[in-house]
Amino acid sequence: MSVRRLADDNVQPQSFAFNEANSAWAAQTIKKYPAGRQQSAVIPLLMRAQEQDGWVTRAAIEKIAEMLEMPYIRVLEVATFYTQFQIKPVGTKAHVQVCGTTPCMLRGAEDLISVCKKKIHPEPLHPNESGTLSWEEVECQGACVNAPMVVIFKDTYEDLTPIQLEYIIDRFEAGKGGDVTPGPQIDRVYSAPAGAPVTLTTDTPAPKFAARADAPAPVAAAAAPAAPAPVAEAPAAKAEAKPSLDDPNRPAAVAKPATPDDLKMISGVGPVMEGKLHDLGIFTFAQIAKWTEKEIAWVDGYLAFRGRIVRDDWIKQADALARGGEEEYVRVFGKKPR
Amino acid sequence: MLKDEDRIFTNLYGLKDKSLKGAMSRGHWDGTKQIIEKGRDWIIEEMKASGLRGRGGAGFPTGLKWSFMPKQSDGRPHYLVVNADESEPGTCKDRDIMRHDPHTLIEGCVIAGFAMGANTAYIYLRGEYMREREALQAAVDECYDAGLLGRNNKNGWDFDVYLHHGAGAYICGEETALLESLEGKKGQPRLKPPFPANMGLYGCPTTVNNVESIAVAPTILRRGGAWFSSFGRPNNVGTKLFMVSGHVNKPCTFEEAMGLSFREIIETHCGGIRGGWDNLLAVIPGGASCPVVKGEDMKDAIMDFDGMREVKSSFGTGGMIVMDKSTDIIKAIWRIAAFFKHESCGQCTPCREGTGWMMRVLERMVKGNAQKREIDMLFEVSKQIEGHTICALGDAAAWPIQGLIRNFRPEIEQRIDQYTRNAIAHGVVMEAAE
Repeated sequence: MSVRRLADDNVQPQSFAFNEANSAWAAQTIKKYPAGRQQSAVIPLLMRAQEQDGWVTRAAIEKIAEMLEMPYIRVLEVATFYTQFQIKPVGTKAHVQVCGTTPCMLRGAEDLISVCKKKIHPEPLHPNESGTLSWEEVECQGACVNAPMVVIFKDTYEDLTPIQLEYIIDRFEAGKGGDVTPGPQIDRVYSAPAGAPVTLTTDTPAPKFAARADAPAPVAAAAAPAAPAPVAEAPAAKAEAKPSLDDPNRPAAVAKPATPDDLKMISGVGPVMEGKLHDLGIFTFAQIAKWTEKEIAWVDGYLAFRGRIVRDDWIKQADALARGGEEEYVRVFGKKPR
Repeated sequence: MLKDEDRIFTNLYGLKDKSLKGAMSRGHWDGTKQIIEKGRDWIIEEMKASGLRGRGGAGFPTGLKWSFMPKQSDGRPHYLVVNADESEPGTCKDRDIMRHDPHTLIEGCVIAGFAMGANTAYIYLRGEYMREREALQAAVDECYDAGLLGRNNKNGWDFDVYLHHGAGAYICGEETALLESLEGKKGQPRLKPPFPANMGLYGCPTTVNNVESIAVAPTILRRGGAWFSSFGRPNNVGTKLFMVSGHVNKPCTFEEAMGLSFREIIETHCGGIRGGWDNLLAVIPGGASCPVVKGEDMKDAIMDFDGMREVKSSFGTGGMIVMDKSTDIIKAIWRIAAFFKHESCGQCTPCREGTGWMMRVLERMVKGNAQKREIDMLFEVSKQIEGHTICALGDAAAWPIQGLIRNFRPEIEQRIDQYTRNAIAHGVVMEAAE
């Protein structure tokens, strides 16, 4: 049982009102329940108030009590009993909720908590100095097969490593949380096993899955070992106009060697992408490893890849593969290349 | 492995079309009207014959539960409430049903509602499932537009489905706490009797079912109870969504027939245990409230209700938490104790005080800062909590700790010895130095 108190008076706003859209929504919500049972709507209304203001204020509690003809104390009881209600101000740009329950703990949630302590505030539920970020450890969020995970606003970010969490926090602090694709941050489809599903394979439309594996579809985000760098923005912005093949920034092409490297070993390169790289005269890991920043931007733009090369860190991957093949890759990234 | 054509949740991973049209192309909403025309008794008999046991953890036969609803209404409306407050650590199956295969659930609501004389269903989702709520609401709206829900719909049974949600309280997964929460109160369980089938939501006859139990019903009725009961061992039949989390190579959710061995399940779906089978330390087989089982007992155990009872645990929701030998097992169970302490509703004294007490003792045992006699005391206290509370949360908090003591007592004692030795070795030196 958790004991929770409302925020101090000096941070409580004087009044609360639902905006127009939310007022209409509230009227609809109350209608879902039988006549005289409007009290049922208290949790949805409080939640909407939290979504609107970022946290549940005393004024909101009083306003909702009036709307639902409930005694104030009954609404206060509900607001303090249910721990999803933030009854004190939290970070305005992100409130990071790290699941710390056993399934997530087994897969490294404690490291994620350390990241939050380091980057945000040593104490949970304390906004950082600028008031933009805060964090807390929460109980099971129901994504155990995708452990460890965090929740920020409405979205879950799953299969995380500490490095990726740092990246995600940075994006939110920069006000660009939308850049990060929610869901698993490694190569897997929702709750299916990493790699490819074992079941439901027979009548799965193949083109769809192939498209997912090779193109920047919403479910395929950065690969696990990749250290996502903030420079991902630059190429993404340029992706609009397709660069020309004669551009001086185009990486040098070579003639096809007798035994080209298996570029598919780079996480993020599938058979289709490998073909496109071959068309550009790119056949070996060493070539990719030597790409300059400008060349990366060109390839990224040419393939309309939206920063995936940097996010997946092809260069580091290719470098490891060029130097020592699979063995070196395992040493650097701690897992086998695909 | 179960054949793909025998799977009920054909879009579990969301790779196919989630819309009503897509669901229909995979066979959902097929012949719903004809099923309803067969009548209430036929549906309940067929569900009983299928042998489906509730998928929310307790394993109560679903058909039997439906039959408890009054046959004739006494003027009060009947309600179907779907428990989608999935918060048991290790469990995340309903999430995939709601976000990727929502039409199985909605169709199930119509059929189950008809079988119990209810015209209204409330689906109570946990507050954290916001995207899932959006996906499910979109599917419900589609059904209204297509005339499958609402008044005078195509199925011949007036039916409304409303989504409701909680706000982060595990206890609201208990059926009477869920009803309290749905009425806009704190989620504190009610005393039973009266049971919800007589006095449930708003004092009206109500049945509360898990998402999976409702979602499998239409397919069972379409393919026949005999089809469903052909999987698995007697009394433990059917297909089931399993979830494996923790130290396996590929954690995942999947549908599988009941009655396979743990080893087969892990090898087929999860790519084996991290570091090989010799590296397996322990498994919590059905969500955090089930007692932990030693690895060597678990390897060849059968994953169903009876199989898990044989290893002195429980099948629960089928959410397996696997731990390899790198795990600090005492700490893992301490974290579960912390979970139950956080989630106790505070209504019954043994649970409110006991969960915190057990957590604090375990916290010391993680370090080894305890007396060996306290292990027995902890066991005794957990027995005092078990069975002495209104709802099963007291039991659920006690079982993991009992499982730990039963299976890993030597580890706890060793930790205590270690701590004592260090304290003597370092403590004395420090004092002398000062």
